[in-house]
Amino acid sequence: MTFKHQLELTQVAIDFPTPKGPFTALTDVNLKIQKGEFISLIGHSGCGKSTVLNLIAGLYQATTGGVILEGQEVNEPGPERAVVFQNHSLLPWLSAYKNVELAVKQTQTGRSKKEIKDWVEHNLELVHMSHAADKLPSEISGGMKQRVGIARALAMEPKVLLMDEPFGALDALTRAHLQDSVMEIHSQLGNTVIMITHDVDEAVLLSDRIVMMTNGPSATIGEILSIDLERPRNRIELADNPQYNHYRHEVLKFLYEKQRKVESVDSHRKSKSAKGQPGSLKTG
Amino acid sequence: MSKQAAIPMITEKEASFDLVKLTGWLKTIMLPVIGLVVFIGLWNVLAKNIDTSLGQFPGTTAVWQQAKVLVDEHYTQQSKAEAFYERQHKRNAERVAKDPNYQPKIRAFTGAPTFFQQIWTSLYTVMVGFVMASLFAVPLGILCGLSKSSYAAINPLIQLFKPISPLAWLPLVTMVVSAVYVSDDPMFAKSFITSAATVALCCLWPTLINTAVGVSSIDKDLINVSKVLRLNPIQHVIKIVMPSSIPAIFTGLRLSLGIGWMVLIAAEMLAQNPGLGKFVWDEFQNGSSESLARIMVAVLTIGIIGFILDRLMLQLQKWVSWDKSATLR
Ligand SMILES: Nc1ncnc2c1ncn2[C@@H]1O[C@H](COP(=O)(O)OP(=O)(O)OP(=O)(O)O)[C@@H](O)[C@H]1O
Ligand SMILES: [Mg+2]
Repeated sequence: MTFKHQLELTQVAIDFPTPKGPFTALTDVNLKIQKGEFISLIGHSGCGKSTVLNLIAGLYQATTGGVILEGQEVNEPGPERAVVFQNHSLLPWLSAYKNVELAVKQTQTGRSKKEIKDWVEHNLELVHMSHAADKLPSEISGGMKQRVGIARALAMEPKVLLMDEPFGALDALTRAHLQDSVMEIHSQLGNTVIMITHDVDEAVLLSDRIVMMTNGPSATIGEILSIDLERPRNRIELADNPQYNHYRHEVLKFLYEKQRKVESVDSHRKSKSAKGQPGSLKTG
Repeated sequence: MSKQAAIPMITEKEASFDLVKLTGWLKTIMLPVIGLVVFIGLWNVLAKNIDTSLGQFPGTTAVWQQAKVLVDEHYTQQSKAEAFYERQHKRNAERVAKDPNYQPKIRAFTGAPTFFQQIWTSLYTVMVGFVMASLFAVPLGILCGLSKSSYAAINPLIQLFKPISPLAWLPLVTMVVSAVYVSDDPMFAKSFITSAATVALCCLWPTLINTAVGVSSIDKDLINVSKVLRLNPIQHVIKIVMPSSIPAIFTGLRLSLGIGWMVLIAAEMLAQNPGLGKFVWDEFQNGSSESLARIMVAVLTIGIIGFILDRLMLQLQKWVSWDKSATLR
């Protein structure tokens, strides 16, 4: 079956119960994603990016509105929406191989022993981690852990790969390396990817579209920027590309001019909700 | 910094390295030895000045002598037992030779248990109580850690029962065992069951509490991983919950065994289980001039065994712990 949009978020809002009453983290989030798209979510800290991701993952439930994946409402977590967590979250008592194997055994039922082994090895190979397959998470570097986390997620053969700041804790070099790996894997497998990032260059380099979020509380999607740069993309060539720099500029402008002050956003939001309309939703 | 300035710094470093080694050696070997020597000195001085109705409080020499006596008693008893069985065997063989239809009977040797047999009884009893408690406490602790409502239901009971002294439990346990455990040919002595049950009642709590805390503080991300993988509740417990709370569970088990060993001595005294507790009690009732020294031997033995049990648990904890970088002591 084919769907016009693989993943749809419609009028999603979420309230968190707090001692001081419900806290509205997100309102009016609308997003349609096509199969194979690479989407980045960018926005200031605490605006609700992780909340959006957790909603898609099914770890949170929307208060109003909902998430639809290939025509079916998402209401619980599952391996078809694999998550790469911000701090790798590998099981520390299992080797890299065993971590991936657990995911394979759990989600790829019907594979024979040999097929499981091959599939685990294949996915470790994809992230260039075969050499350290038998090491425990505590014995490998942060970047390597993150690679294993990605391998584990890929091994579930997800329809949508969700990544919460996958490279946030890494140094610039490792980060660049992993970004290249992710681009390579994305071009090979063609998964739909939704990635949270704080890094403007990362967003522009990797994405087909960048979803920029307004500041919370009651955060929503501010702007969506389409990145029409040819793939494969090369970071060095792109550095002098005027189109690339234009995109970068757009994102920076959104983050540091339009969403700079929390107060101005608040008043903006108030006037918006008075009108009862999702204000400046501009789809690129 | 200039090169010249760097040179004296290195030599200084080397010198301080030697000093570090020396202080390290001092700390690991000398200080414990000094502590021990001071303790023995104080003990002997104090012992000389304490006169009890059973004579002077035993010093190190008296205690050492009694320790040797206890070892000798064990060997004499053993050779007696051997001789007894040999005689019996011979007599049976003779009777069978005379009358081929005779069914030989083997009667067991019934000497008083020796010190080593008493140690063995104590170890056996504490282990049975401890294992019973653990088999109950670990699953219950996991349940409490997983579900807030079961924790809310059980927590008041834990708080209520935790501080109860074994001496308070003992009469109740004794009566219940007498009433419930009725059999003509009992496999276990009542005193044994009473002691083990009292140990179990008292060493439940640290394991229960530590397991519950360990399970409830599992990394949220790992729980999310489990959800994304759609692990069923049993798999969740086996693959995620148990391994991540193993350190906490073992901390609890170690505390529990320590408490269990303390409780056991008291329980054995009152329940008359033929272990170290009964030994101390009997010597006290005996009231001979050697009694205090013999009790002192038992006291030191209890301490040493408690220490060894703790080290064994620590070793076990290290062995099962996946986090090899964690410092366990
Ligand atoms: N479980 C929760 N209960 C209550 N409030 C929550 C919960 N999860 C998130 N929030 C609130 O929702 C808002 C958005 O949080 P979220 O974690 O999605 O931000 P974020 O954009 O991912 O931030 P960062 O970039 O720092 O990771 C924050 O104000 C946060 O305090
Ligand atoms: Mg976040």
